[in-house]
Amino acid sequence: MPLGLLKYGFSKKYPGQHHFTPPEELKKHYDVVIIGAGGHGAAIAYYLAKYHGITDIALLDKGYLGGGNTARNTAVIRSNYLTEEGVSFYRESVKLFQDLSNELNYNVMMENRGQLTLAHSDATIRSFRWRAEVNQHLGVRSELVDRQTIRELVPNLRMDDNSRFPILAGLWHADGATARHDAVVWGYAKGACERGVELHQLTEALDIEVKKGRVTAIMTDRGRIECGCAVQAVAGASSLVARMAGINLPIHTYPLQAMVTQPYKPLLTPHVSSPQVHVYIHQTSRGEFVIGGGSDPYPLYNTRSTLDQKEALAAAVLELFPFLAQANVLRQWAGMTDMTPDYSPIMGTSPVENYYLDAGWGTWGFKATPISGKTMAELIATKTVPALIKPFELERFYRFQQVNEAGATAASH
Amino acid sequence: MTNNRLPLPFGSLLDRESTVNFSFDGKPYRGFMGDSIASALAANNQHLLSRSFKYHRPRGILTMAGQDANTLVQLPANPNALADREQLRNGMTVTAQNVSGSLERDWRAVLGLFSRFLPVGFYYKAFFKPKGMWEKWVPIIRKSAGLGVIDESHQPGYFDKQFAFYDIAVIGAGPAGMAAALQAASTGAQVLLVDENPQLGGSLNYARLDAEGNAATALLKKMRSDIAACDNIVAMTDAVCNGWFADNWLPIIQGSRLFKVRANQVLMCVGAMEQQAVFRNNDLPGVMMASAAQRLMRLYAVRPGNRAVVLAGNNDGYAVALDLLDAGVEVAAIVELRAQPKYNKVANALLRRGVTVHTGQAVYQALKGKRGRLTAVDVRKIVSQGKCADTGEIIHCDLLCMSVGFTPTYQLICQAGGQLSYDDDSAMFSLNQLPANFHIAGSVNGYWQLDTVVADAQRAAMMATNTIGKVDVEVPNTIAEPDADSPNFNWPIFAHPKGKEFVDFDEDLQIADIVNATQDGYDHVQLLKRYSTCGMGPSQGRHSALATARLVAASTNKTVAQTGVTTARPPFAPETLGHCAGRSFYPARRTNMHYRHLEAGAQMLQAGVWYRPAYYGPVGAAQQCINNEVHAVRNNVGLMDVSTLGGLEVRGTDAAEFLNRIYTFAFIKQPMGKTRYALMTNEAGVVIDDGVACRVSEHHFYVTASTGGVDQAFQSMLKWNAQWQLDVDIANVTSAWCGINIAGPNARKVLQKVCPDIDLSNTAFPFLGFREGHIAAIPARVIRIGFVGELAFEIHVPQHNGEALWDALMKAGDEQDIKPFGVEAQRVLRLEKGHIIIGQDTDAMSNPMEVQMSWAIARKKPFFVGSRSLIELGKMPLQRTLVGFVVNDPQAPIPLESHLVLQGDQMVGRVTSCNYSPTLGKPVGLAYVPLPAAEPGCKIVIRAADGVLVTAEVVTLPFYDPDSLRQEV
Repeated sequence: MPLGLLKYGFSKKYPGQHHFTPPEELKKHYDVVIIGAGGHGAAIAYYLAKYHGITDIALLDKGYLGGGNTARNTAVIRSNYLTEEGVSFYRESVKLFQDLSNELNYNVMMENRGQLTLAHSDATIRSFRWRAEVNQHLGVRSELVDRQTIRELVPNLRMDDNSRFPILAGLWHADGATARHDAVVWGYAKGACERGVELHQLTEALDIEVKKGRVTAIMTDRGRIECGCAVQAVAGASSLVARMAGINLPIHTYPLQAMVTQPYKPLLTPHVSSPQVHVYIHQTSRGEFVIGGGSDPYPLYNTRSTLDQKEALAAAVLELFPFLAQANVLRQWAGMTDMTPDYSPIMGTSPVENYYLDAGWGTWGFKATPISGKTMAELIATKTVPALIKPFELERFYRFQQVNEAGATAASH
Repeated sequence: MTNNRLPLPFGSLLDRESTVNFSFDGKPYRGFMGDSIASALAANNQHLLSRSFKYHRPRGILTMAGQDANTLVQLPANPNALADREQLRNGMTVTAQNVSGSLERDWRAVLGLFSRFLPVGFYYKAFFKPKGMWEKWVPIIRKSAGLGVIDESHQPGYFDKQFAFYDIAVIGAGPAGMAAALQAASTGAQVLLVDENPQLGGSLNYARLDAEGNAATALLKKMRSDIAACDNIVAMTDAVCNGWFADNWLPIIQGSRLFKVRANQVLMCVGAMEQQAVFRNNDLPGVMMASAAQRLMRLYAVRPGNRAVVLAGNNDGYAVALDLLDAGVEVAAIVELRAQPKYNKVANALLRRGVTVHTGQAVYQALKGKRGRLTAVDVRKIVSQGKCADTGEIIHCDLLCMSVGFTPTYQLICQAGGQLSYDDDSAMFSLNQLPANFHIAGSVNGYWQLDTVVADAQRAAMMATNTIGKVDVEVPNTIAEPDADSPNFNWPIFAHPKGKEFVDFDEDLQIADIVNATQDGYDHVQLLKRYSTCGMGPSQGRHSALATARLVAASTNKTVAQTGVTTARPPFAPETLGHCAGRSFYPARRTNMHYRHLEAGAQMLQAGVWYRPAYYGPVGAAQQCINNEVHAVRNNVGLMDVSTLGGLEVRGTDAAEFLNRIYTFAFIKQPMGKTRYALMTNEAGVVIDDGVACRVSEHHFYVTASTGGVDQAFQSMLKWNAQWQLDVDIANVTSAWCGINIAGPNARKVLQKVCPDIDLSNTAFPFLGFREGHIAAIPARVIRIGFVGELAFEIHVPQHNGEALWDALMKAGDEQDIKPFGVEAQRVLRLEKGHIIIGQDTDAMSNPMEVQMSWAIARKKPFFVGSRSLIELGKMPLQRTLVGFVVNDPQAPIPLESHLVLQGDQMVGRVTSCNYSPTLGKPVGLAYVPLPAAEPGCKIVIRAADGVLVTAEVVTLPFYDPDSLRQEV
């Protein structure tokens, strides 16, 4: 047992400090208003407060802290993307994750388990080779592996030739990892609040007041607040919120479903996914199997579950691990994915001068939490777009210069 | 073995004639057919069933209804089995799970002593300092993860699915469900009645409704026989409705089958779940819900203890006490939480039996004896809400029945959109804001007296049958409930300075854990759940939600209604992945000619969902076989199965206009009997599919699409047509047609032999022509196209004729020594000819200009999908382009597809196709390169396998027959 826990047992002060600002009245004005207190919003607040000395910040959320996609994602961290821009960006994020617990003084339980993506066809092997070549070129640990290596990595994976889609090869990403997703937003929010940031949960932005091309105030259901600048970090509702500021985003929003089983004794270490049967699976540190796949086939603003998707996910996962037929499903849920045309995020400046976008996070938002917080904070503080996110500006769509990550996301997350 | 068994009429589920032998943790036991594992063990005095998740505390029966994790046990191929629901079978091997050491002596139980050092959320507070420490802790912590063990060698059993449709689905067959089903059926509606228990009746099977204990049995008997007499009621028992999905789509699991039921109207008569009192050691084996004791007695004839105390916060506790007395259990006392109870007839009957009642008192703590079992309770006066006097009375007992309140079984109803609210007077959750075509009745709707439950069920059934027009009768809005105490006591929660008052049994959460979590700042019930893991265990908050809501509300100065519960999600009860998957359906698609390929020695490969011949011959001689096939096509004649190509019929007066909008080319003026290349882009101008469009008649096109792309192309066509509303009909006929491409200089010679009614000469039937006629007497569509750059005819016939067509062509070609060729040869042939494969030579950003297909864009037409983007893209300089390259150095390794093109240490492009060309005698390929490097003659550097740099030369495409003299002869 770590000695650090002794103080909780012996201290008369425990429980002491509330981790987040206790709710008070909203002030009339903040230097920065962050709409959306998910991982990204909290991370922006944290980096602004800690590294840029900006603490007059309101972090707003219409629900509870981290209750959107931060609570709903399946906590996959990886950087094996396809473009130089994408790989460089996510690579930095993985690096930040690796030391995040100590940075935040909050255990985010990062576990470096590796990620194995399976190929069942020549076409997939081609696309894996492409990713492996790009990744290796950029210093990311990612390689095309053969069947023997797959057997060694995941000994209980079904490898027989009689399966409908025999496994031909795999893409092994040793840097693939997982973390406790809720802890990430809590750690950031706690660190931000300790430095003076105000977290206001259950506070919904209803409109954004724009005058002469500048944001002047946010209208909330608790009243009007003026701001020096504002940033939106509302994955799942990005285009709706941006529209309040008069900005059209090239986003279609689709539900993305996942499910989890009851806890079982550990038997699967890496994260395993198959783009062909549209499924991914990993076993959490509690012993539950988290199972997900692709987004729903049609756009919708609703986090309902569907029976079809559950049936499809179950059938798919049994293709890979037939013995899991005996595992009990505990819970099925959904998040909202803001899909951009190129499967890359929309970050940076917007047509409204002091309004910043942290949007278009599709199925890749969680793994980008630290780096997007860090770079967005730098942008807000310095008014200069960091090189790492320059390629992801909204303006790229006006210039038809997209950052094509479509090939690196299908059912991989 | 029968020391704990009660005589008849106890044990309605048991077949006492059939003995069942089983083992638990290695020891042999005997039970009866009809027993659950837990009841059989209880009958044998085995009350310890499991160890808890965190502190490894001894646990036993809590609900007897599958609503807790205490009874999770390990079966060989069924980990985390609910011992109180799993039916006993002969030879069953049951073991305890999550045990360190033995179930009796679990060394991890020592963790309980250190619980003060394991505060709520302790994982977040420690284990990570200094840097690198966490990695050392992970394997240690991982050892304590999980409950049951999954048998990795287990072959899954048989699971399947069945669809069913009903006017009315009634979920729950207690008194409400049975009354509702009978009422609905009386109007002629087709009714499904579902219950998770082995017999109809719900609480009528075990609860005591009157002082004499006869009312339930009499009513149950009548309702069961009425239902059995009803032809239009289908009653399913041992069947659990595990979710509610949009439009009353219900998954119902029975045995190994998942029924997928669509019901016009749904009636939820799902009852209520009894809730525990929260006090120190409320988890000891021997402490259980009052209804659990009733179920043990009435259903399984098990005497739940010898000396009982009943903790009552309502009159139901007195009914249980009567039951216990009837079963010969000594009732030491009733501890009555209420200060001024409003007794009903049943309670008064008990009082007349002379049992001591400690009014206004609580069980402050339970005391444990040997083997962790309950031995006594410490009963104290309640001085204020949740506070007890400093001293009290110790009452010895081995059974404590808790009867302090219920929560409506809200899960399925909330999934359907119902909202929970909380009434402070009755201290009860209630459900409202129900969706359309969805009704609730009985105790889930707040009715507790038998006659009002039945009346409410009839009311709901009438609403349902009115809605579907079976009848139109006047329906009362609500049913009046007679004045009585609420079954819920408002605060059955008593904190102890030493803790161990469990709120959530699954996760070993005590009062302090819940309160401290809110004080740490996790004061929204959703945050609290995630931080403390309250409600995240196998029972999903069934027994913890109410107590948690009350504690959080008190700790945050909110109402219970404001606090609420966490979101209810499917499934309701555990369901295996096997049930969800069923007979998983991944069809392997084989063309009509599949077996001819196998006979010819083909090696098959997967192309999307299809199997296609890769090449014909032994694996060891692959390259030689492929080269021979290429040679045959270039110099003689070959044939290829192209059945997997997508086929779409586009018909209607707007057919040409529709194609004009969907594809980049122009189709309005396309003559009949002609074929045009059809290139599809998406709104971003990205190439997504290609094929050819044959104009069959003025208003009819036959369009092909790629093997992998046809389904998406079809879906996209349907979507656009729904928007444009043109007069056009689109049908995906991929599986209805099959096809053969016959290619090579001698193709015409062969085809002529079997095609009497089409003039195949170049003048009568030129390149890109389309004809209908007969091949070997099979009606056929013949298109003069090919992918390989030789004289070619593509023949499409109704799919059942495929094999006959293959045979006819092979026979006709015998003289010419015709040779089948596979996908691998075709890849080489098409590459030599410079044809791209969409999806291989294009990626998710490729536009037609980049792949040198500007010629396929009709710029004069007003609109097509992607046109706006392509106009804008056309104004900008190209960033990259797809070029052909050859590798001249015979010593160099052949680059593989996806190898990178480098300039210095910069990635500037990649190879999309590359193959050794038997025709050119060297490797040829396609690659994306930046524009300055795209000129023929430029040298590009490719990083091949193992980092070897290969220099290649950009050349003009195609590599072979640049003037297309060969295909147009």
